[in-house]
Amino acid sequence: MLRKASSLGSAWGECVGLSFDLLINALIAGILLGGFYTAVTIGVSISFGILDIVNIAHPAFIILGSYIAYIININFGVDPIVISIVMLPAFYLLGAGIYQIYYEAFERRGQESLRGLSFFFGLLFVTEVTLILVFGVDYRYVEASYIGPSWRIGVMDFPLRMLVPCVAALALFVALQLFLSRTFIGRAISAVAQDQLALRLMAASPTRIKRIAFGISIATTAVAGALLIIIQPVEPSVGREYIGRVFAICVFGGLGSLPGTVIGAMLIGIVESFTATFYGPSWAPAVAFGVLLLTLAFRPAGLLGR
Amino acid sequence: MRNFVFLLVCVAVAIVVFFAARMLHNDYIFFAGYTVLQFIVLATAWNILGGYTGYVNFGSAAFFAMGAYATVFFHKLYPQPIPVLIVIGGIVSGIVGFGMGYLTLRLRGAFFAIATLALAVVLQTFVVNWDYVGGSRGAYIIRPNENALVGPYIQYLFVLMLALVVIALVCARVIERSQLGYGFATIRDDELAAEACGVPTLRLKLIATTLSGALMGMAGAPFPYYIGYLQPSSAFGLEYAVNSIAMPMIGGTTSWVGPLIGAILLGSLQQIATVTISSAVNLLIVGLLLIAFVIVAPNGIVGLVQDTLRPRAK
Repeated sequence: MLRKASSLGSAWGECVGLSFDLLINALIAGILLGGFYTAVTIGVSISFGILDIVNIAHPAFIILGSYIAYIININFGVDPIVISIVMLPAFYLLGAGIYQIYYEAFERRGQESLRGLSFFFGLLFVTEVTLILVFGVDYRYVEASYIGPSWRIGVMDFPLRMLVPCVAALALFVALQLFLSRTFIGRAISAVAQDQLALRLMAASPTRIKRIAFGISIATTAVAGALLIIIQPVEPSVGREYIGRVFAICVFGGLGSLPGTVIGAMLIGIVESFTATFYGPSWAPAVAFGVLLLTLAFRPAGLLGR
Repeated sequence: MRNFVFLLVCVAVAIVVFFAARMLHNDYIFFAGYTVLQFIVLATAWNILGGYTGYVNFGSAAFFAMGAYATVFFHKLYPQPIPVLIVIGGIVSGIVGFGMGYLTLRLRGAFFAIATLALAVVLQTFVVNWDYVGGSRGAYIIRPNENALVGPYIQYLFVLMLALVVIALVCARVIERSQLGYGFATIRDDELAAEACGVPTLRLKLIATTLSGALMGMAGAPFPYYIGYLQPSSAFGLEYAVNSIAMPMIGGTTSWVGPLIGAILLGSLQQIATVTISSAVNLLIVGLLLIAFVIVAPNGIVGLVQDTLRPRAK
């Protein structure tokens, strides 16, 4: 329609037509990006939002997930998402192990604020440097049939490279939300955030529940990592960009609320996409920080916070 | 009075260090020494906030880089002597520290830590997009060969850094023994109780953030002259953030001695490892040491020494 209007010869019409295409595609790209951000953030929503563990090493585990998907994909040609599902138990155990150390060394002694944070910062740093030592700083990527083609509906463009991760991420969200609201352990995880003593009276060990929850939180990084390397080539320090972003989304959406995380991720995805389209991609990383500061200043509870 | 004696001792030690380094007739000593001194300032600055009040700042690199880029900016605008630039860098970083603290310190401690992490990314984005200070290409600073007072320019930079070390250490010690320091300690031990007892926690935390940020900015201000070519990725390098946390943690966070010991040990270790092995490996060592120390020796080397001395005293 708008294209037809421009055939009148008006340069202005041409301009509107173009920017309408641009707008709608920026919106779609933002929503798809936001879907992916859901997968990246949902683990932090569990660890930081529910368990109150400030796991700033979360992005480092995502990059680890990316590299595992990369190694297996390059050598055996397996689909990255399939790899990530196979890797879930391994990442779960990794997470449970890390929680055990965290509990013994910091939480039990009541030192989680200063030393616990430094511990995770050290983990982040060691993981990144180890990956640099092993793989170098070259960008790595995976191969899959859906990287490259895209669906077109009218002027709307759906690159499968973004659409598949978005759908996978939303599936992950639905699965986790059902798990947290329908199963005994899931509800116990929500209860840990509210009243540990009451949980103990129900004959459930808070430490065990937290270990399970933290394991799940790290397990999601296997999926998020595979999705990340589908979307963009990965090198070890890419994770740093995500630290601010995941916590911004988590705080913006409301701590401990998974639906809030999805909404927050979508909104930040859209704003970033518009920023990238109209001001240039190099400004996109600043968006999350701006949102984080505004949220902390005006509504620290976030969108759907308790 | 005791603070004055401490100041004199620090100045005397600094003078001895400078002339000892000069006796070796090797400029490399000054290059390596400058880095170690710079880390002493960063670690001490970090500790004023992190060790005394218990608030973790992951954005040391951002404050450091802000000092460095303030220098680049004013160097282009109107070249000035480095001591003036140091003051400017300190003011800029101090203001940013204050602003960050004001927005995030009223909430739970973790928010401040996260915001500082994000601050580094955002400031880097700004600098990369700011052409006046070189953008992503970086900026050249041509440093003079000689300084009228000290001689070779690297020695002049070394002296300036030594002076900053003295300032930082005196600041840290004065705070530690003052009412301010006791206020900080109450925040670290139990903020809620401190608040209930009438300690103005927010004001104290803001003082700590501003002071700590300003010292980091001051440490960064001479950096462009040292390195000659400043790039966003080198100024915002993660090694500044990790080192300024690891050094106090390994040395011990409760007094001014800890960061000093940690910085001298880790700083020299890294200088040696960079030359003999590789710079990536030495960062790995720092990370592993940090993890090991926070788990095994929560009070750092100072804590270990105190633990071994105490039973003997009894």
